Amino acid sequence: MNGKRTPLDLVRAEPGPAYTATFDGAQIAVLPGQTVAAALWSAGVTAWRTTRGTGEPRGVFCGIGVCFDCLVTVNGRPNQRACLIRAEPGDDIRTQHGTGHDETGEGEGR
Amino acid sequence: MSRHAHDAYDTHESHEGVGGGARRSLAVIGAGPAGLAAALAAAVRGSRVTLIDAGAQAGGQFYRQPAEELGARRPQALHHQWRTWERLRDGLATQIATGRVTHLTDHHVWCVERLDLDEATGFLVHALHGPAQEEPSVVRADAVVLATGAYEKVLPFPGWTLPGVITAGGAQAMLKGGLVLQGRTAVVAGTGPLLLPVAAGLASAGAEVAALVESAGVHHVARHARALSAHPDKLVEGAGYVAELMRRRVPLKARHAIVEAQGDGALEAVTVAALDRDGRVTPGSEQVIRCDTLAVGHGLLPHTDLAETLGCRLEGPAVAVDDEQRTDVHGVWAAGEATGVGGAALSLAEGHIAGCSATARLAGREPDPRAWNAAAKSRARGRDFIASLDAVFAPRAHWAEQVTDATVVCRCEEVPASAIREAVGELGATDARTVKLLTRAGMGWCQGRMCGPAVAGLTGCEPRPSRRPFARPVPLGVLARAGEDLPDE
Repeated sequence: MNGKRTPLDLVRAEPGPAYTATFDGAQIAVLPGQTVAAALWSAGVTAWRTTRGTGEPRGVFCGIGVCFDCLVTVNGRPNQRACLIRAEPGDDIRTQHGTGHDETGEGEGR
Repeated sequence: MSRHAHDAYDTHESHEGVGGGARRSLAVIGAGPAGLAAALAAAVRGSRVTLIDAGAQAGGQFYRQPAEELGARRPQALHHQWRTWERLRDGLATQIATGRVTHLTDHHVWCVERLDLDEATGFLVHALHGPAQEEPSVVRADAVVLATGAYEKVLPFPGWTLPGVITAGGAQAMLKGGLVLQGRTAVVAGTGPLLLPVAAGLASAGAEVAALVESAGVHHVARHARALSAHPDKLVEGAGYVAELMRRRVPLKARHAIVEAQGDGALEAVTVAALDRDGRVTPGSEQVIRCDTLAVGHGLLPHTDLAETLGCRLEGPAVAVDDEQRTDVHGVWAAGEATGVGGAALSLAEGHIAGCSATARLAGREPDPRAWNAAAKSRARGRDFIASLDAVFAPRAHWAEQVTDATVVCRCEEVPASAIREAVGELGATDARTVKLLTRAGMGWCQGRMCGPAVAGLTGCEPRPSRRPFARPVPLGVLARAGEDLPDE
């Protein structure tokens, strides 16, 4: 939003210093308190899952934890709802492919 | 959503009925307007209240707050009825400080279990907490108020699974809670009173809102003008949003609908078309609007999973309640959107009545309805207004005609409309449950919450309760140990 008003401007936010997480290995800046979904949106990322069947991209849909479209793998743990889970410093956030269990090898973490 | 509603309710009554014995405990599930009003009314009157909520802060969806660490100095810029929120917030802080209310945040309730003990009826509220939502937590209570709110109804159209297409409420939640916008240029579309504040909020936060597309027409409003005019405060609120949108030069397209969302891997544009009086697309009226965000909604659906598990009777999609907000299950009250979607002012009134009633009955007294006169009046007005709004903003007829065979209807299981049409047309399914068994529509992660209305509409049957045994996914390990868990208190 170069030069444009932002939501942070609107509420005159003075967030604490940003910290760093990674999305698919690339560094992204995260404001403290943001969910993984909010952090990814801030970084310009709107899709972080591919569906099990046709491999279509998905991101946030309902935004309140009902639809499960925003599932994501965080620190090796798949099926986290990005709209509910808070981003923490150093988080390793990765695109979830299908059930996300191919990457973890096992049925762990369910 | 009146500015004045709820101001009338007292929060200063003496602690009647506390008596000599231990205070009876009330679990209030949900910390939105209904749950907060219920918890405060009950605590002030002497109940010991545990307020259990999935959010990190109280407020629910309507009063969703930015994370504290974001340091918002003027969060009210994203809200209406801020003074009501301040009163609820401060009331909650007071009641927590005096020990009458315990507020469990980040607790995701998956089941409420009724215990039939010798004399009294009791309840176990099962929740998951912690970032991973795997730590079990159990709260024991003598009675329960279900203030579980609602979620968005979205009817499908080609392209609605593209990243960039979000629910109207979801866009608002991300804005209010995370202070983020998804993209630069948004279209807000569908039907219902929520679209106005969502479009106004996105525009004021810096998004270019390329259009607000509402399938209801001015003639719908005119037809119900007399009923609506009985609620001037609500009309003023709506007019305020419209004025703000006009000031920001947001084009308002009434009696129009989205017929398709386009993009290669992400939303790039939507096709909007005019509707005739029957709700059919007018051929040749299609217009392409470039955008990277489409916030879409067709009204809200009550969250009734916990009520259904408890065996509460439903009326249509909502939990049935009596004048005291009691369900037909002894010891269970319900308030707010779960009993019928009607907005924050109605939720506050219902929550207040539920809290008053529950406290009196827990103390073994017959409540005196005169004690909640103001709230009862507000509730009657709210329900009357909502009946008028529902008539104006009914999802348009013939929406299914734009659902192409290739359109994904069940987002979780990726079931296309062709499969549902085949189940109905060739395999003889006449209800959503049979369609589900034949196609897997509704068997995925969200358990049919997103596709339920669409499947019902395409099948030509009424949406029916889904009877989900659990309100949220529960790890098998938690279920296996559930019998061993001791209540927190």
